[in-house]
Amino acid sequence: MGMESMFLKGATEMALILLTLAILLALIRLVIGPDPADRIVALDLISVLIVAYLGAFSVYTGEKAFLDVAIAYALIAFLGTVALARFRERLAKRTGSGNSEEEG
Amino acid sequence: MIEIITALLILAGGIFAFVASVGMLRLPDTIIRMHAATKAGALGSGLIFIALACYYLELSTTLRALAAVFFLLLTAPVAAHLIGRAAYCSRVNLWHKTWIDEFANVCDWCEASGDGEGASECEIEEK
Repeated sequence: MGMESMFLKGATEMALILLTLAILLALIRLVIGPDPADRIVALDLISVLIVAYLGAFSVYTGEKAFLDVAIAYALIAFLGTVALARFRERLAKRTGSGNSEEEG
Repeated sequence: MIEIITALLILAGGIFAFVASVGMLRLPDTIIRMHAATKAGALGSGLIFIALACYYLELSTTLRALAAVFFLLLTAPVAAHLIGRAAYCSRVNLWHKTWIDEFANVCDWCEASGDGEGASECEIEEK
């Protein structure tokens, strides 16, 4: 446990704290987003941040299995983002503009 | 020495992810917010996975980390394209300083590739 291991542990903890704050900030956009497209973008960012969190957590705990979890989660999150984007586009086609403004 | 490189890479990845999320909250427009979300999110995740490959220094773990980075770089433009197309088709409100909108006068470019069920509803006449 030398100086370099201490530095690596501190940097990993700092990265985990930053990723947690980033997920919370993206969650605010997910709540207040005025259009459903904003919420889809926020959900895509949250899934990418969770993948990064799994990578940093694998360094933090020394458990290699989190890397496989991150790859599987990236696959599923991509499929979810594609499905939500297709749904938004089909909704826009069906209802003309599809803009969910109150005055529209 | 390799631990210092790992620490710097993972710290840079965390900072990039945080900056991406701040841009997600602060930028004014859906299309502009996608710039922060998809680009910097993929960069943050890529740096953290490269740090993971530097931390373990084994062949199987390095290959899996590089495969994850490759997959993220492959899927981020596809997802960004689909979300941007859906957002523009639904006519989201653009930023008030946006002055290039090349499809503003074209009514049915979005319906042309689909089933064509929804007729064009925009009121701007195509010159």
